[in-house]
Amino acid sequence: MLDCGLDTTSVLNFLPLPLFFPSFQELKECAGRVFVDSQPEFCLPERELLDLSTIDVILISNYHCMMALPYITEHTGFTGTVYATEPTLQIGRLLMEELVKFMERVPKAQSATCWKNKEIQRMLPGPLKDAVDVWTWKRSYSMQEVNSALSKVQLVGYSQKVELFGAVQVSPLSSGYSLGSSNWIIQSHHEKVAYVSGSSLLTTHPQPMDQSSLKNSDVLILTGLTQMPTANPDGMLGEFCSNLAMTIRAGGNVLVPCYSSGVIYDLLECLYQFIESANLGTTPFYFISPVANSSLEFSQIFAEWLCHNKQSKVYLPEPPFPHAELIQTNKLKHYPSIHGDFSSEFRQPCVVFTGHPSLRFGDVVHFMELWGKSGLNTIIFTEPDFSYLDALAPYQPLAMKCVYCPIDTRLNFHQVSKLLKEVQPLHVVCPEQYTQPPLTQSHRSDLMLELQPPPMPYRRCSVLNLPFRRRYERVYILPELANSLVPSEIKPGVSMATVSAVLHSKDNKHTLQSVPKPPPVPPSKKRKRVMEEPPVVLAPKPLLSGAVPLEAFLATLQKHGITEVKVEETADGHILHLQADDTLIQLEEDGTHIVCDNNEPLRTTLRDLVLRFLQKL
Amino acid sequence: MPEIKVTPLGAGQDVGRSCILVSIGGKNIMLDCGMHMGYNDDRRFPDFSYITQNGRLTEFLDCVIISHFHLDHCGALPFMSEMVGYDGPIYMTHPTKAICPILLEDFRKITVDKKGETNFFTSQMIKDCMKKVVPLNLHQTVQVDDELEIKAYYAGHVLGAAMVQIKVGSESVVYTGDYNMTPDRHLGAAWIDKCRPDILISESTYATTIRDSKRCRERDFLKKVHESIERGGKVLIPVFALGRAQELCILLETFWERMNLKAPIYFSTGLTEKANHYYKLFITWTNQKIRKTFVQRNMFEFKHIKAFDRSYADNPGPMVVFATPGMLHAGQSLQIFKKWAGNEKNMVIMPGYCVQGTIGHKILNGQRKLEMEGRSTLDVKLQVEYMSFSAHADAKGIMQLIRMAEPRNMLLVHGEAVKMEFLKGKIEQEFSIDCHMPANGETATVTTNPSVPVDISLNLLKREMALGGPLPDPKKPRTMHGTLIMKENSLKLVSSEQALKELGLNEHQLRFTCRVQLQDPHSDPDTLNRIYTHLKSVLKGYTIQHLPDGTVMVESIVIKVSSSAEDTSTKVLLLSWSYQDEDLGSFLSTLLKKGLPSGLC
Repeated sequence: MLDCGLDTTSVLNFLPLPLFFPSFQELKECAGRVFVDSQPEFCLPERELLDLSTIDVILISNYHCMMALPYITEHTGFTGTVYATEPTLQIGRLLMEELVKFMERVPKAQSATCWKNKEIQRMLPGPLKDAVDVWTWKRSYSMQEVNSALSKVQLVGYSQKVELFGAVQVSPLSSGYSLGSSNWIIQSHHEKVAYVSGSSLLTTHPQPMDQSSLKNSDVLILTGLTQMPTANPDGMLGEFCSNLAMTIRAGGNVLVPCYSSGVIYDLLECLYQFIESANLGTTPFYFISPVANSSLEFSQIFAEWLCHNKQSKVYLPEPPFPHAELIQTNKLKHYPSIHGDFSSEFRQPCVVFTGHPSLRFGDVVHFMELWGKSGLNTIIFTEPDFSYLDALAPYQPLAMKCVYCPIDTRLNFHQVSKLLKEVQPLHVVCPEQYTQPPLTQSHRSDLMLELQPPPMPYRRCSVLNLPFRRRYERVYILPELANSLVPSEIKPGVSMATVSAVLHSKDNKHTLQSVPKPPPVPPSKKRKRVMEEPPVVLAPKPLLSGAVPLEAFLATLQKHGITEVKVEETADGHILHLQADDTLIQLEEDGTHIVCDNNEPLRTTLRDLVLRFLQKL
Repeated sequence: MPEIKVTPLGAGQDVGRSCILVSIGGKNIMLDCGMHMGYNDDRRFPDFSYITQNGRLTEFLDCVIISHFHLDHCGALPFMSEMVGYDGPIYMTHPTKAICPILLEDFRKITVDKKGETNFFTSQMIKDCMKKVVPLNLHQTVQVDDELEIKAYYAGHVLGAAMVQIKVGSESVVYTGDYNMTPDRHLGAAWIDKCRPDILISESTYATTIRDSKRCRERDFLKKVHESIERGGKVLIPVFALGRAQELCILLETFWERMNLKAPIYFSTGLTEKANHYYKLFITWTNQKIRKTFVQRNMFEFKHIKAFDRSYADNPGPMVVFATPGMLHAGQSLQIFKKWAGNEKNMVIMPGYCVQGTIGHKILNGQRKLEMEGRSTLDVKLQVEYMSFSAHADAKGIMQLIRMAEPRNMLLVHGEAVKMEFLKGKIEQEFSIDCHMPANGETATVTTNPSVPVDISLNLLKREMALGGPLPDPKKPRTMHGTLIMKENSLKLVSSEQALKELGLNEHQLRFTCRVQLQDPHSDPDTLNRIYTHLKSVLKGYTIQHLPDGTVMVESIVIKVSSSAEDTSTKVLLLSWSYQDEDLGSFLSTLLKKGLPSGLC
């Protein structure tokens, strides 16, 4: 299984988890849209298509793509192994922990189910009516399930070759998108599949993308392209800074709904450089999340997974990310939640980074309610996963200013086609969406993949056959056998040798051994019977090739005392009549026929003489 | 037969200046490039003239690999790369890359600035040398070139220490560097998979020691320190700035905390702060427990341990001082030692191995009068304690690693000859593998017997595996036949039929026909039937068919019956088979000549 992501856009259909409980109603209208008033639920990966207990291995490409792991590995009979890099595991754990804590903080007594009834759902307005597979939507997992799921993760490093059942080798490569993010190579000795997911060519904090190792793939599976193909991340970052500065100067507060790891590191670094020049030195920056501290600390210890610049800082030794300095100088403060220390230390105007970016749960809900009514304040969206209009819908009407600066550093179509030209896979497999322009911008033919041969598209639950022609497999000839082989040259540069061997296959590894010599027949009383035994070995003799030249053959016969030979020419060759023994040898270009009665010794002699002229295969 | 050659230039039957040359599959690799603490002359560095008498080493070496940052493993690196001349890649892990230049600079300062030596590498040379370093991640397979690949494993010992696997084709060597098989307070234990190298090159510092439990040693250490402090003595612990120092700091820190002690603990040189910072940033290289709790509490932020100033040495009252270097051969530890040596209340604890020639080695051997520079002598009155805290594998650990990696041959370095000899005997006895222990400049040669990788046609493989059945009988191995085609470096094993096709050869059919006369007074069809029944009973496990056109087929051998014209009870059997069925055909003709048994119906 390649990745295990969670579709969290489903939570947009739910009301925000508030800090106090209004009366219970399943559905609630809010600013012209209907929402479900219940604990938010997530749309899971397809679980019905196959038996999850038959999955041997899950490869994770980055920490955003593993959020559904507990749904797959727990209570399903799954017994396989999950492979991920260390930063992916650690930060993935933080994000899951954050999700669980957000949900546990404000538990809803009941969860709504009536609206899922097909009859009722059909009657509902808006996006709810069109939501798919609502019956499979699930509430958040528990921390216990997270721990159990993550205990199945086996850590791997970039370019580490991991053998799977002796049949294939998998290897993660840096994808440049986030800390520890990887693309995967899945290969056997003769076939190679590249799985490219969530990659970035921009220079941000992670190690640059490893492109050269993707070369010579038979199939390249492409996914995780940018969701904002028209938004330039650098431009967005500039806009983010200027809007932030403008709001603060005007005395307002800035709210940045974001994930606790990833782009936030870049935002903080950008602000680190920007603060002084924009005169924001005294403005407090707050990062509020149950995992804020851990996320900031963890980011500093993964030097091996960072870009070169950051790596060399560690050699000094200095922390790779400048947010360490922001914390030291008290410009950036982090809190597990708005309760406790934060409420007493909180000063305005300020900048708050907090989650969840869907605005449906987490501390961000509190700030929406606190600041939404004032036009001085600004909310700046940086995460591309959610439509900001949908995210804001339940909060309407809103006086707060909204700025949309989605920063998605993943590959855009232009970069992808350049990349594909570079690595030249034989076939490309990608989601159907990439093969046509986005629905809202149907004229933008530059916003799709155009390849020769055309990519093979897939959609949810479709089954694709990958175009492989597997013809060879690796086998190892043991030295003893190898030494006994007698090669002969067929034509210049091409030699051959016949091989008779015993094949041993174990764990999908094949070796060829010499045929063991049969144990010597014990000289027993049954000696007479030995003759009666049919040949035990069902070994077919080798095929023969070549032709038997008449003159040379006659000469050889003569040498062996067979002199009375009458040669008769036929349409296809010759017939040799060995008159003394009443034996015929029919010699033709592509065959020899020996007709010999009652004289086994002669027959075997003739056989061996003929064989001298032929090539054995 | 392919060979792997191993030649130590240093650390052959010795500890110090580790430098081992390996030739494998046409590649030459240098493992470690260290200095010897016991010498101040030419013998300090490995003898690189062994590689070439004149000029640079670049063309003779494919790569250099440094296992960890201790100077006896990397101290000669700038000399080798910048003064002898080597421009190829130098591999080391990230922590080693970070810390190594600092220790080299320290070493240079002591040698040049303090001892006034000239003709030594400069700061700039250290920088230039470090530019040639390629960082190595754990378990990452690094392709040095198309054929040579290396892979690092965790070795414990010190921060960033690695064992390396070097592989060319199916031949491989594992070099352990220094390693530790038991986790300690800040590092994990060495680990390697069952990679079955042709040679395992292991350190053997503690070849004959089997250490008691670590807990006992720690308790002993704390007791001694505590007693000394109680009676107002000063305790000197010579250490290297990184490694054991942190381990013992954690130990004392927790002890001070628990016992609520007030005596000051100092750590000499400005390196401490910096050193601890490295540990914080490379926390992923420490042990599980520290990694798990680092967000809440970083073990390398010490409360009780303060920076040392030279003037403190004369302060009255008890104190504990960690001072560098660890073998008392130079620097601050030696200065403090000289100051404190005269007082029997004081104590020096040597927590690690000391190389011959160092003062550390001398006092550990019970020497009580030391000759110092300038013909003065020093009376050693303070207590001398030795406590093995060096994170080396002991004899048990070395055996454990051999069990883990399952090497075909063993080679010992980094140890004393006598002790190696003992361990060698034990290894050869327990694992029945050859164990080598070459001296410096001596070459150990191991012939390898690599299997030949070949591409087998999937059709052939599948056919064979299907015929073999799901559970092949190991007593009755099936013989498989195929043709190996060798063409432009590619080796393909295909079925004979496919080989004919691929090589553009014609097939030559060799057939045999044999007439056998048989006395059988029955009609022709009856005779045939009798033959059929007879063969059925004799030939078990063969396909025998009675075909409607009046023939019997055994596998592909055709048998026909006709009566002779004059005597209908004399039958003539016609047997025809191809060369591929020669064995069976020959057997049948012989069998049928004997006639049919009378008991047949």
